[in-house]
Amino acid sequence: MIRKKVENLTEAERGKTYFQLVWRSFKKSRTAIIGGIIILLLFVLSVFAPFFSPHDYYETDPDKVYQPPQRIHLVDHNGRFHWRPFVYNLRLDVDPFTYSRIYREDTSKIYHIRFFVRGWEYSILGIHSNLHLFGVDSGGSIHLFGTDLQGRDLLGRILIGGRISLLIAFFGSVVTVIIGSIMGTISGYYGGTPDMIIQRSIEILQSFPQLPLWMALSAALPKTWSSLNIFIMMVIIFSFLNWPMLAREIRGKILSYREQDFITAIKEAGGSDARIIFLHLIPNCLSHIIVVLTISIPELILMESTLSFLGLGIQPPMVSWGVLMQGAQRIETLGQHPWVMIPCLFIVLSVLGFNFLGDGLRDAADPYSKR
Amino acid sequence: MDNWILKVENLKKYFPIERGFFKKVVGYVKAVDGVNLFINEGETLGLVGESGCGKTTVGRTILRLIDPTDGRIWYKTEKGETLEISSLTQEELKPLRREMRMIFQDPYTSLDPRSTVMDLVSEPIKIHNLAPRGEIEDRVKTLLEAVGLKAQHMRRYPYEFSGGQRQRIGIARALASNPRLILADEPVSALDVSVQAQVLNLLEDLQKEFNLTYLFISHDLSVVQYISNRVAVMYLGKIVEVGRGKDIYLKPKHPYTEALLSAIPMPDPHYKPNRILLKGDVPSPINAPIGCKFNPRCQYVEDICIQEDPELEDMGNGHYVACHFSKELELKGIVY
Repeated sequence: MIRKKVENLTEAERGKTYFQLVWRSFKKSRTAIIGGIIILLLFVLSVFAPFFSPHDYYETDPDKVYQPPQRIHLVDHNGRFHWRPFVYNLRLDVDPFTYSRIYREDTSKIYHIRFFVRGWEYSILGIHSNLHLFGVDSGGSIHLFGTDLQGRDLLGRILIGGRISLLIAFFGSVVTVIIGSIMGTISGYYGGTPDMIIQRSIEILQSFPQLPLWMALSAALPKTWSSLNIFIMMVIIFSFLNWPMLAREIRGKILSYREQDFITAIKEAGGSDARIIFLHLIPNCLSHIIVVLTISIPELILMESTLSFLGLGIQPPMVSWGVLMQGAQRIETLGQHPWVMIPCLFIVLSVLGFNFLGDGLRDAADPYSKR
Repeated sequence: MDNWILKVENLKKYFPIERGFFKKVVGYVKAVDGVNLFINEGETLGLVGESGCGKTTVGRTILRLIDPTDGRIWYKTEKGETLEISSLTQEELKPLRREMRMIFQDPYTSLDPRSTVMDLVSEPIKIHNLAPRGEIEDRVKTLLEAVGLKAQHMRRYPYEFSGGQRQRIGIARALASNPRLILADEPVSALDVSVQAQVLNLLEDLQKEFNLTYLFISHDLSVVQYISNRVAVMYLGKIVEVGRGKDIYLKPKHPYTEALLSAIPMPDPHYKPNRILLKGDVPSPINAPIGCKFNPRCQYVEDICIQEDPELEDMGNGHYVACHFSKELELKGIVY
């Protein structure tokens, strides 16, 4: 008992840093933790996409066009129970009356699902390997999410598409936050003419109809550019369109802090503008900036999907969730091959995850206010 | 009597009132309207007055946190040079900011919540390059101990302290640059009465130890009486009476001072208060009354008061009063 008291004392003496306090109140929000776990999971899945995908997602196969997701069985067609889950291969048939393609389970051979199998070669971050989380014996296939128009494994494509979608959203938000904070700080701190110019340009930017503006900007990108250049340009376009909102919020914050005594105290001590802005105003806005960052990521995920869905964003062969959604453009596809909608699920999941996370962060980011 | 450290002459600060999209100026708030005062080296000048009379504006204008509309402010440096603060640029003022510091009213808003005590107190030292890097920590330690805090408090954040402790941090921050003049803007009004006394005693001790000069702004007459050598009474942007503390408190010469003094609560249950209740409200500083600004509320008002604004008049012993009838009136001070 006494020992515990002593420990508490020393901890109080040390003083908690800002991030310790944030973490302490963040832990209390269950939705935020769930959101964080979802994001972390999606992140790991997309970074190590090849490891989690049993099939090469660039490999096309005319015999597997629009193959539905394979079911995982424990009991075979004879009614025998297997301890190890297994799948049947699917065989392409043509319906004798409608001539439409039908996939039937080929129950003649059982393919057990095995973990940590060797399969196709890949490299992640410079490490070459052929190890995969799961797979089936050679000769069999396992498409848990089915295949697309060209017979490519959808699971693998979704995971690898997540890389681009999350990366573009992340970089886009970081650039947004940088531009937004700089503009907002200049606008709020200096006021007068700079404020006037920045605020009017924000109003002009925001008065454009959004979709046509995106389309015009992305249509202006030359088609001959490499995928990487297009990717970088997309990041720039997204942040160019997104910064006004953040700049306004930061401006408001700066305006309210600017007049407070603790800023006057630094002016009174002879501190320069740079000291006031970088050592006092920005750190006080930091919580706000982090929250805006997490909230603008899902916006950018949606923006990217929309543009890519319309064929104006990321271009194949680069894959993103928006590009995958292109497969779901026709109503006929939706009716007959509903599994091509699965990328949509991942978009929803990531948007929800980031929103949960942002919500929790917003409450946690100001640990001093509750005292 | 030429040992003044700061002198203010005819100081004016008018805040424009802007209306509409084009910010047309429709009037002025005359927050400070012709203030004259001086502070002698090593003394404490108490500046009293009710809320909104311009005390804080006077203080902030002296430090040039607000630029004056008119008037002059002189400051005598350590070497005896006389500088006109009111005409210097902010860049030229920077070295002076080391010598003239400020203690703020609200210890809750005047400390950056994101900075540790170490950062807060060492900031002036860093700004003015007063100590080499390695010695800053020792310097902060000494300062914290001087204001009655412990050295191990250094790594804490302001929210971990009580109001009184925070105000001590604010005082340590003001002392950090070895100032000569400290402007204390209601330093104890946000504190509990028991803590007020501690902080006032601390300020007195520090004054002796570091040879400081205070301009002590407050609306609390008893606090000002306790700490000040001389007292200036302000009403609606003007100083109406200034003099040695005991002269002002025992023999006031201005009806406003008399009314203020009659309102001081006495710690004596048998004391029969003889309060002077002033009529009406403080007039708006946007259109102050013509003549003596106190005339609508003064019980001794005469015709001349409505026509002419009285100037500060010397009554001897450094006692100045701005009243047409300062010689005739027999006014009551505080009775013990």
